[in-house]
Amino acid sequence: MISGSDWSIAHIRNAIGSGDILARDICEIYLNRIQTVDKELNSFTTVLRDQALIQAEEIDRKQNSWETYPLFGVPITVKDVICTKDSLTSAGSRMLADYRPPYDATVIKLLRDSGAILLGKTNCDEFAMGSSTEYSYHGPTQNPWKKTHIPGGSSGGAAAAVAARLAPVSIASDTGGSIRQPAAFCGVVGLKPTYGRVSRYGLLAFASSLDQIGPITLSVEDAAIVFQVISGFDPNDATSSKQSPIDDSNLFSGNAHKIRIGVPRSILEKGINPEVTKAFNKAIAILSEQGATIVDIDLPYTEHAVPVYYLIATAEASSNLARYDGVRFGYRANPDGPKVNLETMYSRTRNHGFGDEVKRRIMLGTYALSAGYYDDYYAKAQQVRQLIRHEYNRVLSDVDAIAMPTTPTPAFELGEHVDDPLSMYLGDIFTVSANLTGLPAISLPAGLTKQHLPIGFQLIGRAFDETTLFRVAHTFEMNTEWKNKRPPACLDT
Amino acid sequence: MSKKLTRSDVERIASLANLQLTKNEVSLFTEQLTQILQYAEKLQTVDTSSLSTSNKKKNATSELRPDNRNSSLDRQEALSGAPDASSDGFFRVPKVIDR
Repeated sequence: MISGSDWSIAHIRNAIGSGDILARDICEIYLNRIQTVDKELNSFTTVLRDQALIQAEEIDRKQNSWETYPLFGVPITVKDVICTKDSLTSAGSRMLADYRPPYDATVIKLLRDSGAILLGKTNCDEFAMGSSTEYSYHGPTQNPWKKTHIPGGSSGGAAAAVAARLAPVSIASDTGGSIRQPAAFCGVVGLKPTYGRVSRYGLLAFASSLDQIGPITLSVEDAAIVFQVISGFDPNDATSSKQSPIDDSNLFSGNAHKIRIGVPRSILEKGINPEVTKAFNKAIAILSEQGATIVDIDLPYTEHAVPVYYLIATAEASSNLARYDGVRFGYRANPDGPKVNLETMYSRTRNHGFGDEVKRRIMLGTYALSAGYYDDYYAKAQQVRQLIRHEYNRVLSDVDAIAMPTTPTPAFELGEHVDDPLSMYLGDIFTVSANLTGLPAISLPAGLTKQHLPIGFQLIGRAFDETTLFRVAHTFEMNTEWKNKRPPACLDT
Repeated sequence: MSKKLTRSDVERIASLANLQLTKNEVSLFTEQLTQILQYAEKLQTVDTSSLSTSNKKKNATSELRPDNRNSSLDRQEALSGAPDASSDGFFRVPKVIDR
């Protein structure tokens, strides 16, 4: 195996299963790459070298039964907002800088049971709040395509790690685009499954009506394999669904015949970088050539999706983050200092423990829920959310999937938006609707700008119909050259 | 509702949220939250009269588990992340009641 490898899950699993290479050797190759590349890239918050090698040795002892493990020996990384037993889970926050959860999230248990090997935890915006990974207590992650640019967020470390071939799979979370936007900015595949598909037990909650866990991978096939491992009902998550698993018999048929794809032309007319528009039109042309019927659709409420999202997400966050008060876990402000009363301990802990963006969002959400403002902000946002949901369901009764760019621009420069939160929020225009509606969505690499920054193409599907998304996405992927493009960060080792 | 937040608004919200902000943070958030809320005001132009005012979600999944006793974290594990826990199994906090 050469460094900078594009090995797929199937390749790694078969190679270990057939005895061509040890899981331990594969694991070591990735760990060594991390050691070389990540000093600068900063995509990991914790590298679990010793644990990973022990796990790999256990896998090697099970070689005879490799076929029963869908991720046999496959190295993965996990975003630092997902609990891993006894390993640091910091949420990119000072508040949890030393926190080691006493349990594994359900997805972690499922991944371990499938034979996956956990290489480490990846960097993210604090409590998954941000679009650039600049709001992390561990410092920003670089974009593997261009060091001066952000990798996107909040799962910037997860996407950068996969793009730089530091792991074939990252597990991340998406509340308003946090899987898809960094996947787009780093030129990899990112899937947000349908709300309820994947258990959130053990995910540090940000906005519970929007949060979803999903994979970031190098290919659609790999995303589908990981999706099948992590999806399913979990008695520990009351919002997880008992819907039957996807039908994988027809996933990779290689064409898009009889598929109807809706394109919301009117929202794509302004505010979009011309190179993004060009790549989007090319993607639509490819799907049309492969047999899809392209249909003009109208999504007039899209312009309201960002304010709806930021009122609902912050309201939920203000409640979810109330638990960080210096009592049950994490940081407490000067525990050995002068004696203070309980209230002062709470408010000092929270002010020292949280960074600016988290405080800003807690404040915004608290305001939107407060007496006298609730109806104008939170209740109104919930109503417009219903309108957006109706609109998507109406459109998806006619088309099988909706296509739009993942983001209006390619990755921006480090520091470009960090002091102007509203301008950062506006970049989420194309990703937040899938969370507000609960629909599944996938971002695919669809081009490079003249500056060699990746461009993402997004498909949004019907609830619990990831099958169609995978089929169309795979067809697109097979007919472009973008899958094989590598960022400079993996060429110099 | 089109209004500019004042410093005292921001201080009031901070106290509701249990955040002890510095003076600089109050200034920064007063400006930034005003800007964000003014942007969000465009929602007021959306006609939602056809909808019920309740925010009950239709089709929301909510599967309750059977009400059976299961094993869970033991006490020491549950206390393992606490900044201050007593050896006899309690979270310790600053004194709440003065006598």
